[in-house]
Amino acid sequence: MLITPQASARGTLRVKDTSKGRKAAQRALRRHWQLYLLVLLPVAYFIVFKYWPMTNAVIAFKSYNVIDGVWGSPWVGLDQFHRFFENPVFWTLLRNTFILSAYVLVASFPIPIILALALNEVRQKFFKRTVQMVTYAPYFISTVVVVSMTILFLSPRLGLANDVIGIFGIDSIDFLSRPEFFRHIYVWSDVWQTAGYSAVIYMAALAGIDPTLYEAAKVDGASRLQKIRHIDLPGILPTATVVLILGVGNVMAIGFEKAFLFQNTLNLSQSEIIATYTYRIGLLNADFSQASAIGLFNSVINLVLLVAVHLIAKRATGRGLW
Amino acid sequence: MVSVETSDRSTVRATGVSALLTQRRRKPPRPVKIKERGVDRLFMVGVYVLLTTFLVAVLVPLIYIVASSFSDPRAVSAGRVMLWPVDFTLDGYTAVLGDPQILTGFGNSLFYTGVGTAVSLVLTVAIAYPLSRKEFWGRGFLAAGIVFTMLFAGGLIPTYLVVQELGLLNTRWALILPQAVGVWQTILAMAFFRASIPDELYEAAQLDGSSDMRFLRSVVLPLSKPLLAVIGLMYAITQWNSYFDALLYIRDPDLYPLQLVLRNILILNQSVAGMDAAEMLRRQELADLLKYSLIVVATVPVMLIYPFVARYFTKGVMLGAVKG
Repeated sequence: MLITPQASARGTLRVKDTSKGRKAAQRALRRHWQLYLLVLLPVAYFIVFKYWPMTNAVIAFKSYNVIDGVWGSPWVGLDQFHRFFENPVFWTLLRNTFILSAYVLVASFPIPIILALALNEVRQKFFKRTVQMVTYAPYFISTVVVVSMTILFLSPRLGLANDVIGIFGIDSIDFLSRPEFFRHIYVWSDVWQTAGYSAVIYMAALAGIDPTLYEAAKVDGASRLQKIRHIDLPGILPTATVVLILGVGNVMAIGFEKAFLFQNTLNLSQSEIIATYTYRIGLLNADFSQASAIGLFNSVINLVLLVAVHLIAKRATGRGLW
Repeated sequence: MVSVETSDRSTVRATGVSALLTQRRRKPPRPVKIKERGVDRLFMVGVYVLLTTFLVAVLVPLIYIVASSFSDPRAVSAGRVMLWPVDFTLDGYTAVLGDPQILTGFGNSLFYTGVGTAVSLVLTVAIAYPLSRKEFWGRGFLAAGIVFTMLFAGGLIPTYLVVQELGLLNTRWALILPQAVGVWQTILAMAFFRASIPDELYEAAQLDGSSDMRFLRSVVLPLSKPLLAVIGLMYAITQWNSYFDALLYIRDPDLYPLQLVLRNILILNQSVAGMDAAEMLRRQELADLLKYSLIVVATVPVMLIYPFVARYFTKGVMLGAVKG
């Protein structure tokens, strides 16, 4: 196992020239074979659970059946995609996914910034820490529990929400079975859960601002609001840009987990999004090829969107994701 | 409260400013105003009001659930419970502990979380450590291959087919292996190793005849305990909270993790069986109460470790931000 002292001493001298070429590769393999041994398992993991599914995605261009398997099933070209585009639910799905995601973005982008800016003004340690800890906590609660809490809260029989509107003489409403409430419930329960967590990133950015800037501003007689506008906001701009790019780039990638849990047959007209529809078609109807085509369509849109938003941001502000 | 601490802040600022002025000679020295302006005071009131609103909005639902879990279900449905238990009872918790389905789920989740976290940690270190080493030829290629999986994925069904082909469907491994390595955690670990293990240390170890493995075991890992704690807890909390993979891959109720049991009871209302009317009502009430208690029981483990983790999570976020 141990390398002889001689060999290792030579190794340190030659470390620099392992830049390119087959020779360098051979030398690295010989000298650092343990590193290559180490990556074997993780690399196998990525190949099996990340890249193999990508090759399996060819069934989007096939008519998959269990007997012939992934590679034996007959090719059908773009038929699966045509079928999806011509399906009357296509536009509904696209609209539901887009509106829900855009709404999430619009609501959950500014609120953490406001929270972080406000926290940054507070000098009283105890209050600041308490607010931070408490608002951060819901992030660690599971989606199932958050959705359950929301349902209990809004339930016409048990819920607090209906008790409250009852005070104003409004009849109790079954919020979850009314499609028009679905998006608001989804988005605001999301904000409730993630605002504190998202604010942490901005808190970190604010902590990194040069304190002499505040001192200079003080001398110039700037008010607190002016300091926020001219120092804090420019200070968190790079962070905010990245967060926004990721948000816009992922606008069609909104997850399955929460929408699925809030779904019921009554609110389906607004709560059915691409991710949940893929699950329904693939696992409940066992139409593997159609589901893969929808998934692939969605993945490609995401990738294109992310790259496009990145390029636009880079051109406009000089900052992108990479 | 406010005025005391603001004046304190102003003195600090004022001394800082005078130092700055002599240092940079940007502006002619002039008397520095220390008093807070009226506008600023009003602004601070606004800040405190806003933050208190945030605090209340997050806390009230949590307290309401806990209070309800200790209350008589009739008081809950009558809307008499707000922030304190009414007609205190432990019936909900007795019901939770008496439900074999919930206990099995709890045990399963402990297993998935324990084993899953261990597997994830080992694999993450095994890929992140070589990637952090300059001498590892081909690391750019490998890193690109890993990051790409974050941008593009095969999709739900193609992944399902892999799990099926491997014979993992309806086994415990289906909840552990497919999500074992997180790209984000790998990047975090890699950045940490690179930033906190100096090359000189490696060179010294090499001169002493240490192999790469030995260096990892005796130097890198002992120096990376905070990192291991952070990504370990990230994995653990994710595993404890997830239900989606179980929904896809597990049919046998004996293998259900707690979150899936929760979904069946809390969202699909599967626990109330047909009885005569009076029994139905009593059962319904107990089922309602059980929901609140169940939420508390399922969330308490995470909430107990969260305060210890939060600090490190913040650091993790910042580390990620620095490395961009």
